[in-house]
Amino acid sequence: MKELLNKIRPGYAGIVLGILFVIYGVSRGEVSHVLNKAINICLECIGLG
Amino acid sequence: MKIKSEIKRRLLQIVAFGYSNPFLSNFPAGKIYKGSFKNFCNPGMNCYSCPAASLACPIGAMQAVSDSMNFSFSFYVVGIILAIGALCGRWVCGFLCPFGFLQDLIGKIPVPKFRLPKPFKYIKYIVLLVFVLILPAAVTNYMGIGKPTFCEYICPVGTLEGGIPLLSTHAELAGTIGHIFALKMTILVIVIAGCIFVKRFFCKVFCPLGAFYGLMNKISIYHMSLDKSMCVRCGMCAAVCDMDVDPVKELKSPECIRCGKCVSACPKKALKFSLHHRNNTLQ
Repeated sequence: MKELLNKIRPGYAGIVLGILFVIYGVSRGEVSHVLNKAINICLECIGLG
Repeated sequence: MKIKSEIKRRLLQIVAFGYSNPFLSNFPAGKIYKGSFKNFCNPGMNCYSCPAASLACPIGAMQAVSDSMNFSFSFYVVGIILAIGALCGRWVCGFLCPFGFLQDLIGKIPVPKFRLPKPFKYIKYIVLLVFVLILPAAVTNYMGIGKPTFCEYICPVGTLEGGIPLLSTHAELAGTIGHIFALKMTILVIVIAGCIFVKRFFCKVFCPLGAFYGLMNKISIYHMSLDKSMCVRCGMCAAVCDMDVDPVKELKSPECIRCGKCVSACPKKALKFSLHHRNNTLQ
């Protein structure tokens, strides 16, 4: 089991998992939330709560 | 050779700062960029309310999704930083982070530098877990909408890059300044003062993004290796480290920002950055 885990190389698994997360996040419409927040002045970020 | 590596790193940091904040003309106008680049996250810490910012802040974006009424966790943003972290760990902190670059510049001020006690380095994990992951999703109003608690109560990057420039050009916003702004300004002053006397103070103590990337240091493809047969335990690597890491003892330390100073300082070339794993004396 240990040899198998070493062969899988957690780093590559992390990249693949990250890409899958991105695809899933994009498919359920998260990007529009990110864009909507980023293109408007974030009152919380600038200290106005 | 040693000087060349540091110059290359500085140049890359300047380039990263440049692509992160290219819209300088927005400062006097008090505007922010509203284009499609903001669909994507900056790999480092850079407030998306900075007038010059071109990309979304990953920590702000994470909270923006998780505090919405539709989602409680951002697979999109976490996926981006997971992939980047699994590839190169905290290398982003050493080379691409705009706020890291600012801290390096502040750290150049010629005053005595101090080391922080080790417990301080755990604060950023609490910040990541509580203020970035849990509170925005858990503490919501009657509509199920939360708040970006890290951005709102802590983040000095937003105060410096967004708050000060925008409040100085928007009189109508400046009139609503209250105790939260006072809190954030206090934190900003503490961080800047900390950066003067402690190298990379924010990275060591508060940065939730650095905390996340640091956890990836253990598994990242791009990693540091040590040839124990060549190491003479001179201590030069630990002496030059801005993050107070001893690479010989903690080769894949979550504090290491992979700046390469130790690699350049090693007189025996025992330390190297590598993409490959080998089964010999190398760790």
